[in-house]
Amino acid sequence: MSVADFQPVIGLEVHAQLLTRSKIFCGCSTEFGAPPNAHTCAVCLGMPGVLPVLNETVVEFAVRVGRALGCRINPVSIWARKNYFYPDLPKGYQISQYDQPLCEHGALEIDTDDGPRRVRILRIHLEEDAGKNVHDAGGGESLVDLNRSGVPLVEIVSEPDIRSSSEAAEYLKALRDILVYLGVNDGNLEEGSFRCDANVSVMRKGASQYGQRVELKNINSFRFVQKAIDYEIGRQVELIESGGRVAQETRLFDAVRGETRSMRSKEEAHDYRYFPEPDLPPLRIPAGYVERIERELPELPRAKLHRFVGTYGLPAYDAKILVGDRALADLFEKVQAVYKGPAKKLSNWFLGELLRLMKEEAREVGALRFTPPQFASLLEMVDAGELSNNAAKDVFAEMFRTGRSPREVAQEKGLIQVQDTGAVEAAVDAVLAANPGEVEKYRAGKKQVLGFLVGQVMKAMKGKGNPALVNAALKAKLGD
Amino acid sequence: MEPTELSMLELGKKLGSGELSSVEAVRACLSRVDRFDGQVKAFLMVDREGALAQAEAADRRRKDGRRAGPLDGVPVGLKDLFLTEGLPTTAGSAILEGFVAPYDGTVVKLLRAAGTPIVGKLNMDEFAMGSSTENSAFFPTRNPWNLETSPGGSSGGSAAAVAARMVFGALGTDTGGSIRQPAALSGIVGLKPTYGRVSRFGVVAFASSLDQVGPMTRDVPDCAALLQTIAVHDPCDSTSAPMKAPDYLAELEGGVRGMKLGLPREYFELPGMDPEVRASVEAATRALEKLGAELVPVSLPHTKYALATYYLVAPAEASSNLARYDGVRYGLRAEGAGNLLAMYGRTRDQGFGLEVKRRVMLGTYALSAGYYDAYYLKAQKVRTLIKQDFTDAFRTVDAVLAPTSPTPAFRIGEKVSDPLAMYLNDVFTLPCNLAGLPGLSVPCGFTKASLPIGLQVLGRPWDEARVLRIGRTFEREHDFHRRTPPLRAA
Amino acid sequence: MSLTLEEVRHVAGLARLSLSSEEEALMRTQLSAILDAVAELSAVDTSAVEPTSHAAGEVAPWRADEVRPSFPPEKALGNAPATVGTSFAVPRIIE
Repeated sequence: MSVADFQPVIGLEVHAQLLTRSKIFCGCSTEFGAPPNAHTCAVCLGMPGVLPVLNETVVEFAVRVGRALGCRINPVSIWARKNYFYPDLPKGYQISQYDQPLCEHGALEIDTDDGPRRVRILRIHLEEDAGKNVHDAGGGESLVDLNRSGVPLVEIVSEPDIRSSSEAAEYLKALRDILVYLGVNDGNLEEGSFRCDANVSVMRKGASQYGQRVELKNINSFRFVQKAIDYEIGRQVELIESGGRVAQETRLFDAVRGETRSMRSKEEAHDYRYFPEPDLPPLRIPAGYVERIERELPELPRAKLHRFVGTYGLPAYDAKILVGDRALADLFEKVQAVYKGPAKKLSNWFLGELLRLMKEEAREVGALRFTPPQFASLLEMVDAGELSNNAAKDVFAEMFRTGRSPREVAQEKGLIQVQDTGAVEAAVDAVLAANPGEVEKYRAGKKQVLGFLVGQVMKAMKGKGNPALVNAALKAKLGD
Repeated sequence: MEPTELSMLELGKKLGSGELSSVEAVRACLSRVDRFDGQVKAFLMVDREGALAQAEAADRRRKDGRRAGPLDGVPVGLKDLFLTEGLPTTAGSAILEGFVAPYDGTVVKLLRAAGTPIVGKLNMDEFAMGSSTENSAFFPTRNPWNLETSPGGSSGGSAAAVAARMVFGALGTDTGGSIRQPAALSGIVGLKPTYGRVSRFGVVAFASSLDQVGPMTRDVPDCAALLQTIAVHDPCDSTSAPMKAPDYLAELEGGVRGMKLGLPREYFELPGMDPEVRASVEAATRALEKLGAELVPVSLPHTKYALATYYLVAPAEASSNLARYDGVRYGLRAEGAGNLLAMYGRTRDQGFGLEVKRRVMLGTYALSAGYYDAYYLKAQKVRTLIKQDFTDAFRTVDAVLAPTSPTPAFRIGEKVSDPLAMYLNDVFTLPCNLAGLPGLSVPCGFTKASLPIGLQVLGRPWDEARVLRIGRTFEREHDFHRRTPPLRAA
Repeated sequence: MSLTLEEVRHVAGLARLSLSSEEEALMRTQLSAILDAVAELSAVDTSAVEPTSHAAGEVAPWRADEVRPSFPPEKALGNAPATVGTSFAVPRIIE
């Protein structure tokens, strides 16, 4: 396919809702799922006479995002009106930022198959979300719900530095993870709190000019991002190869058919008639504000991932899962700090028993009942041979449910293995004496009878023998 | 003596002493409404029950010894673009006919807290766009001094109601002169405060960077008292000034001795100014000189660009502010539109009057792609120069004197079909809005035909106290403000 | 005249005003006259001047991120021309 002769050029625009309690310009709740228009007031309904007042936490969250992405925070940025008519836009204009946005010129590093790539961020600005327009299937009407009108958004615009659909997906995942880490967004594509538009063009490899770009709108899952972009790349290449010209347009991805469709609307190209919002003075960031926010920034996912691989020597697969949940990663480090044993062992426990129980009991890290020292202690008991792996799993489950110390639980359940070498030797002697035939077979070369003998010793010790000690003692006495 | 002959403060004193009751005062207002408003047509809506209930509450407070303040119980009227919860609010427009406000604007809340019963909502040019109240979707208001003439606009209903003593005082709004010009034409006092002095929350917006709420009263002390009530910082308005207002009554009687008052040559040299207006205003400036002020010629060189600047900035902001009137959530929705675009188009075509449509078109054009730089942006830059003119002048003078309107009240119908002629009514008032300064109009004379003439006083930002003091100093040496219009009961 | 009929129609479309043909003609004449009048601004030298984008000089205080009571349905929808349940109902866009 001649797609290989072409270089895709992709830029991404993400609209992410900020997890503030109230809306950007009024005190209505931002909570999702309420009945239509339950979270509205005169301001977000666009009634006559209303005025916007900025929510301080919106600024804080936006500056966090800006610094996490290495952007310059403009000490003064300007609010602008973007004017257009639509039923879900109550004032007939959206308060946004046009000239002089809040953040500019950052970058996001992602890991691709060809190594790390730096995708430049052109700008990040603040704006208010619109409501929802639902086309009533039967009635020939649309129904307007303005609960979402006024929810704060950051719009994050990348430069067209992305070169494939998989890179695009990687960029979006990385961006989403950062926003979730920062506590400013819940990363939910399906619910619409993280929305993505893609600008896609193709150019012949070696060409000096970018091709005509097409905007793909409202791609609402990571799977669809790749599909939509791949389809669009193919469509553009085919068009060009057949002598056609790519039109400047906006297209929607049809997930059912797996193709992009032109948005046929009677609207002329939008003339948004941007002008500075007279009802809001310029957004001035006080001295010291950005520095304070920077100090409070958490370690970001990629840095944490590299550190888990580098410092703890964990395989990338393990590290990715641990790092995927910031609280889980924090817990890992707290336990490891006490445990000091092989990090891979702890990781196995996390990826195995801990995640399983968390899922079963529907409990998040913040609601766990045991402490890091307790978890560490459990692993130490295993390492010291006091608990077999199975016994430890049993103890862990109890510890998970009740928060009681592992030693206490193990003792109560009688799971602590006997370490006393004297007792082991005595039991081994007894078993060897009682099974002379097996001893002969072993000494004659049938090493597999060792298993039977181990089993006998364990039985005699009521399961509490430390298997390693038992093995060693048997071998020694059998003269191996 | 009819209670309505008293000023707001005089009435307030008599209410405080128990000599008069607020219910009596409201009844006196309603009686005049019944007798005269059929001719004057200042009111769009009279809230008899509400006003009487509020008056009763004021009287109860007085009996309990807990009056809300000096204006507690003094009846007022509101231009119909102040949202008053539970009452209709039309902004003079068919597109809001039937709209019942779901909330009280901040200024309305302040008035309620001050205890002033609200007699009703007053007529205005639609969306505050006009200088004669002829652009009201409902009917024009008539000037109590001569019912064939306009009371001015856009706060024409407020001016006429105060002049005809149907209310003791009123609130209006001023975007390009809409308080001062009707005050001058109707023979009353009107003040546009510094931009940001009074909250705009709950005021139907026309041009966001120019609109200001202000008092319209029969004399300057009332104006100061009413201003005091509403000059309060509002956290619901991001353009509301954070600092506290001074006591506007404290220095009111301090006189003008030692003050330097500027006479801007560009204002007095305007061709087309009515000679009686010129003579009256010049006499007023000389009177202030006799009272101890020094008159200083000044120049405001960019004055001639103010009209063009205003008629690009204001319509541009208005075109955006009026986009919300789309028939979706409130107000008029045109019948029988099968699709959204038709619904929008017909609703707005039917709901908006001609002047509003004209300004929305003009504003949309001035902001549109390819024209933004040459029109809107250019105008905002010239605006800076107009502001700078005043800043420069205020280095040498403390305030500026000027006529308020180039002509006295004109006949209804005379100018309404010629927009440019109508716009010229505001040449003296516009620059003050563009610069965000406080501006006062006080009665300073009458034409031979007994039509009122107003003197304008413009001050430095936040210097309302001085502006009021200058107006008061002039007022108390004359009795123009005490004359009453020759209304005969129908 | 400064404005063509096409331009008048284009602007009316942007402003969502369905003008009658008389209105279009009147607008063309009157708006052209106004635009001619305001053209004098081009003579003013503003090369060194910043626009007055904001009339209020002081910086506005930000609002704390607290939820305040929303409108009950009667207030939110009380003036609505058409509703379905608690949603506003509008005619569809023709695709």
